[in-house]
Amino acid sequence: MLSDANLAAILLTLKLATLVTVILLLVGTPIAWWLARTRSWWKGPISAVVALPIVLPPSVLGFYLLVAMGPNGPVGRLTQALGLGTLPFTFAGLVVASVFYSLPFVVQPIQNAFEAMGERPLEVAATLRAGPLDRFFTVAVPLSSPGFLTAGVLGFAHTVGEFGVVLMIGGNIPGVTRVVSVQIYDYVEAFEYADAHILSGIMLAFSFTVLLAMYLLNPTRTHK
Amino acid sequence: MKHLLAFFFFSLAANLAQADEVQVAVAANFTAPMKAIAADFEKDTGHKARLAFGSTGKFYAQIRNGAPFQVFLAADDTTPARLEKEGMTVPGSRFTYAVGTLVLWSAKPGFVDARGEVLKKGDFAHLALANPKVAPYGAAAVEVMEKLGVLESLEPRFVLGENIAQTQQFVVTGNAELGFVALSQVMKNGKVGEGSAWVVPAKLHTPIRQDAVILASGRGNAAAEALMEYLKSAKAAAIIKSYGYGL
Repeated sequence: MLSDANLAAILLTLKLATLVTVILLLVGTPIAWWLARTRSWWKGPISAVVALPIVLPPSVLGFYLLVAMGPNGPVGRLTQALGLGTLPFTFAGLVVASVFYSLPFVVQPIQNAFEAMGERPLEVAATLRAGPLDRFFTVAVPLSSPGFLTAGVLGFAHTVGEFGVVLMIGGNIPGVTRVVSVQIYDYVEAFEYADAHILSGIMLAFSFTVLLAMYLLNPTRTHK
Repeated sequence: MKHLLAFFFFSLAANLAQADEVQVAVAANFTAPMKAIAADFEKDTGHKARLAFGSTGKFYAQIRNGAPFQVFLAADDTTPARLEKEGMTVPGSRFTYAVGTLVLWSAKPGFVDARGEVLKKGDFAHLALANPKVAPYGAAAVEVMEKLGVLESLEPRFVLGENIAQTQQFVVTGNAELGFVALSQVMKNGKVGEGSAWVVPAKLHTPIRQDAVILASGRGNAAAEALMEYLKSAKAAAIIKSYGYGL
């Protein structure tokens, strides 16, 4: 049922989403921790920056990335100076773009979980002589595990569903930047509706299953 | 108050009846000339032309699904012919409004030589072209490279634009050193405006015939018919030619 081209697009998409989710959990957790606990004036501006991709059109993000990461842009100059070339049309470029694009979907659930936990468990742990790192890994993280689950699922699913940014900086290269959403777009443009239906059906089933699993596994979300 | 409203709607309806409006789907490569032609058309005839720009394949899908366009200026001749066969057009309205010219273009001055030798030297990381599967200018570019015997060596360096406008954007931003685009996109005042270019000889690829057609929803729309006539006029022809198209 799946052609080689479709299989390649699916594998590429899964690889991208997995890598981006791992990076986002590593990068997003400290940001969420800081946002949940800080009383700094900077909380507002930083929260706004993190949430930007929710409201910004992908075309804006794609346009800025294309210009900034190009040979004449600030990021492009830096990557060239480091001997890495430029990022558009590369898999690494898609990873960078997706990390920005899916950031709020990972940071916000973790931040909510940390905030819901409150200070009390950490204070209790401190009286039992748990150090800061110990408190974080053996108290905060386990107590916030539903938040991490939601964050991982949403980060992964949102990256799989990415289209506009990839279209603008990807260059549609098979096996490198041609992800499932772009492949579907190609099929529609080329009048190959049978293939478009197969891939679209898979995407729909996948997205529904993932979200259903998240709501079933996450009682805090289903029963208030 | 009631009378005033009624009068308002009545006069609005009367206005609409006099000056017809036509919604036109225009292939991305024809954006610049069509804007100029539409401005003249509105001035000369009093009709109004609303233009939408995009890729021919996307317009096809939208038209098949009831998009409210009355006239379609495609980037090829096969898509309008297909719509005609499917009964989505006014029979007999189809004609070739322009023949496209392909150009190999770089934003950098001196990068592309006047004979396209740069393709054989291969001194670049990315070559942009419109997706040959869906875009006629992309398909023509592939034909050219095949004829020159460089297709296999260059294919790994392809970056594909969704349409010809995005292809140009890859080159303008410098992300691709050079790319195949439509001559009309890089023409300013009758010559290549910026960067460097090789105007690809027409004999290297099958002609890019761009056909226009009145869609079924445009049957009896005076503005649609007037626009099709206008596209055949000497005034429109002069504009079309000034952007590097053949006729």
